[in-house]
Amino acid sequence: MKAVDIQGVSQRYGSMTVLHELSLQLAEGEVLGLFGHNGAGKTTTMKLILGLLTPSEGQVRVLGQAPNDPQVRRSLGYLPENVTFYPQLTGRETLRHFARLKGADLAQVNDLFEQVGLAHAADRRVKTYSKGMRQRLGLAQAILGTPRLLLLDEPTVGLDPIATQDLYRLIDRLRQQGTAVILCSHVLPGVEAHINRAVILAKGRLQASGDLAALRAEAGLPVRIRASGLAERDQWAQRWSGAGHPVSALGSESLEVQARNGHKVELLRELLGEAQPRDLEILQPSLEDLYRYYMTRADAREEGRP
Amino acid sequence: MNPIWNIASKELSDGLRNRWLLAISLLFAVLAVGIAWLGAAAAGTVGFTSIPSTIASLASLATFLMPLIALLLAYDAIVGEDEGGTLMLLLTYPLGRGHILLGKFVGHGLILALAVLIGFGCAAVAIGLLVDGVDLGMLAWAFGRFMLSSTLLGWVFLAMAYVLSGKASEKSTAAGLALGVWFLFVLVFDLALLGVLVLSKGAFNLDLLPWLLLLNPTDLYRLINLGGFDAGANAMGVMALGNDLPMPSAALWLCLLLWVALPLALAWRVFKRRQV
Repeated sequence: MKAVDIQGVSQRYGSMTVLHELSLQLAEGEVLGLFGHNGAGKTTTMKLILGLLTPSEGQVRVLGQAPNDPQVRRSLGYLPENVTFYPQLTGRETLRHFARLKGADLAQVNDLFEQVGLAHAADRRVKTYSKGMRQRLGLAQAILGTPRLLLLDEPTVGLDPIATQDLYRLIDRLRQQGTAVILCSHVLPGVEAHINRAVILAKGRLQASGDLAALRAEAGLPVRIRASGLAERDQWAQRWSGAGHPVSALGSESLEVQARNGHKVELLRELLGEAQPRDLEILQPSLEDLYRYYMTRADAREEGRP
Repeated sequence: MNPIWNIASKELSDGLRNRWLLAISLLFAVLAVGIAWLGAAAAGTVGFTSIPSTIASLASLATFLMPLIALLLAYDAIVGEDEGGTLMLLLTYPLGRGHILLGKFVGHGLILALAVLIGFGCAAVAIGLLVDGVDLGMLAWAFGRFMLSSTLLGWVFLAMAYVLSGKASEKSTAAGLALGVWFLFVLVFDLALLGVLVLSKGAFNLDLLPWLLLLNPTDLYRLINLGGFDAGANAMGVMALGNDLPMPSAALWLCLLLWVALPLALAWRVFKRRQV
């Protein structure tokens, strides 16, 4: 059974179409990164999955059922982008309130505070929490009752790097337990290793969907190779730019060469076999590079559209 | 546990925590005792005068206070949750909008009912214990009726507050609208009615006029509380019209109940259409 199955969904507000014929599937135990600019349709997609919106066209199924089914909602966790909770309640009271509403086991609450690293502040009022602490409380709230589908809207906002790593580790653990996760965000550094698949939305349309290797292959972005300690740098630079690889010089004995599609291994062989560099660095196109590529392409397409 | 009760118990414990319940109860008790003993000061006497005059004074005071307190308690019920981001979150939980609205109503309604019971109840007990020769049966009946109708009046304005709260997109708008509603029903309505009465110089069908009182829950409330005593003596202003109303008191109670049910139904409709 698919955790999420979106078939040909369009969403209109009045005369404005915010989502064009989106189709998207998510299997159980899969982590999906949903990326896009502001107004790309990320939040609308989330709301459709949460059953807060009814699609103007198409069909949304969550865990095999309609998204607003109470049974689905009990097995779904959601971390909203901006939530202040109830300032006058303590963290523990807040979590217990939501646990009761969800029908989750109250004994879970203590453990959840441990998991998100908020145990020391559980009995303080939420009013005194920092943005990052509220985010952790929101996360604890989202994983109440061990959900089978977890939707996280900008989960790392306000988290320091260590807390971000903790969050990713938590996501990894949940994935191993079979939870499907949708991570909705602007592009995040370091998220690549923790998602199975990336979906890029722009202007209400799906621009790309697939795992990173597939996206890289599709985008055909060059791999950059940095080599330092090259004695005959300028000769190598001439040779490679002659072969059609853009080369730029770095410092006195270093250079960066962009391997044209499929030439990465060949270039490396040359480098290691003949040039004997002191150090080598291979830079794969990052998620941010891919994101920029698809955004630029979406802009270009938009201009071409009447 | 039932989702309605879960929401209600949170509202109730909020009311205890921020001392709303304590403050309102205390206010009611002080006012009731003050009016019972000092209400006749203008007439040159100090001390308890009679049950009807005490109830009449209390009712006219509660006509102002009860709606104000109810509106203050509930104006941000929906829009406040929306601004805090918790409304959207709650709607992803296994509960419907009806559960949220009813839960809030039960919670706020219990706060008001408890405050009335504690505040005015204490005053009634004080009168019963301290005043010699008071008719205890009459006291219990009059205060019981007064407390029940006061609670209902509060519930009417709770329901109205939810309508405003469901419509408004900002908390400050809801607060402004709540104040407007208070002005309309507590001050403007009666003045307008008297104005019509005076200006029309008899051209207005006088048989129709008393029925217009049913359109204002605060007038209904006062009619209920003035009835059964030697009514004409206490009736002032538009209340004198009530003497012409050919209705049993049960019908007045029914109207007040309708005033709770209809705005609540309207609030549910408004809330159901609200976009999150």
